Amino acid sequence: MTKLEYLKESPSQTAGPYVHIGCTPNFIGNTGVFTEDLGARMVNAHTKGQRIKVSGHVFDGTGTPLKDAMLEIWQADSEGLFNSPSETRGKADPDFTGWGRQPANLETGEFCFETVKPGPVPFPDGRMQAPHINFWIVARGINIGLNTRMYFPEEEAANEADPVLGRIEHRVRVPTLISKRDGDTYTFDIHIQGENETVFFDI
Amino acid sequence: MLGSLDHDLVLNYAQPGESAMGERIIVHGHVLDEEARPVPNALVEVWQANAGGRYRHKKDGYLAPLDPNFGGCGRVITDENGYYAFRTVRPGPYPWPNGVNDWRPSHIHFSLFGSGFAQRLITQMYFEGDPHIPLCPIVNTINDPAAIEMLVAKLDMKHTVPMDARAYRFDIVLRGRRSTLFENRMEGN
Ligand SMILES: [Fe+3]
Repeated sequence: MTKLEYLKESPSQTAGPYVHIGCTPNFIGNTGVFTEDLGARMVNAHTKGQRIKVSGHVFDGTGTPLKDAMLEIWQADSEGLFNSPSETRGKADPDFTGWGRQPANLETGEFCFETVKPGPVPFPDGRMQAPHINFWIVARGINIGLNTRMYFPEEEAANEADPVLGRIEHRVRVPTLISKRDGDTYTFDIHIQGENETVFFDI
Repeated sequence: MLGSLDHDLVLNYAQPGESAMGERIIVHGHVLDEEARPVPNALVEVWQANAGGRYRHKKDGYLAPLDPNFGGCGRVITDENGYYAFRTVRPGPYPWPNGVNDWRPSHIHFSLFGSGFAQRLITQMYFEGDPHIPLCPIVNTINDPAAIEMLVAKLDMKHTVPMDARAYRFDIVLRGRRSTLFENRMEGN
C-alpha cells in the first residue's frame, strides 16, 4: 500500500513581546515604513449595518491583563456575507473589510475594534449560526495563536440554536463566549487560563 | 497595497543614501500547504532585532545600540508560485530574562496569513549552524527535532547576490486550504 505523503505544518513559535514591530509598527511609533497598520480600520463612512465597538482584555491565569497581546478578528458583514474570494452566496459590502487587527494597549491591556454587527452565516450543513465574530489571539508566553468566537447576548434564541455553541461539551463554559452589552459597546474578555478559561477552538 | 521597499529592510527605514548596518542577506522560499501546493497571495510579515540584537521597541532596554537606519519590519506577498523574498541584515542574538543567562539564537519573526484563519501562523526562523539553537528554551517548546529543523533556514549560495548579499532559504508549510473557519474541520471536509 502506498503511504500518502503530506507535508507537516511548520511549527508555531510565540509572537513574543515585540509583535508590534512587524504587525502594527505605526502603533508603537515606528512610522515611515508602512503608510498604515494593516487591519486598523474595518469600516468607513459608507459601511452598511449597525456600528458597534468590541473591546476587552486578554487575561492570563492569574487574572492579569496581557499588555503585549495582538488580536485579529474575522467576521461577516451586516448581511452575513464574507469579504472573501471563497464567498459564494453573494457579494459582501465593499465598504467593510471583515478583517481587523488591534494590539492591546501597552499600559492597560485593553483592545478595541470598531466594526459592524455581523449577520447570521449558515453552517456547512445548512443550519444557521448565530451572529458571531471570530477571534485570533497571540501574545508573549503563548506558543500558538488561539482561536475563539464572540457571540451577542441579545441573540438568545439564535445562540441557543447555534451549531458551534451546541457542540461545546462543558455547558457551563458556553457563557465565556457571550459578550456583555452596553448600548453599542460589547465587552469580550478573554481568559487564557484559569477558572473562567475561554473556550478555544482547534480549527 | 504594499510599498516598493516593504520587502527591503536594508533600505526601508534608512536615510536617503544610507543603509542598515550588518550582514546583508536575502531570505527567500516558498509557502506551501500540507499537500505541497503553493499558497499564492499569502501575506508574509517579518520583524527582527538589528545586527546588534536590539529591537526598535520602547520596551526593549538591551544595551546594544539602535541602528538609526534600521526599523526591523518588512512584508511581502507570495506570488502565484507561493514564492517570497526579502532583503535584510542578519539579526544579532540577544539576552532575555528567563534564566540567569539565556540568549536567543539569531532569529526573524514571521507572521503568515494564507486563506483564512486556518492558514494563520506566527513562527520564528533560525539560521543554520547557530550554536544557540539547541540551548534555547523557546526553540525547545517544540519537542520534535524534525519540526525544529523546519524552522532553520539554510545557507543558499545559489541565490546569493555576488559582492552584495548572501541568501538563506526558508520554506514554510501552512495547513490545507479550507473555505472558512473551524466549521470545516468539525464537519470533516
Ligand atoms: Fe525575538
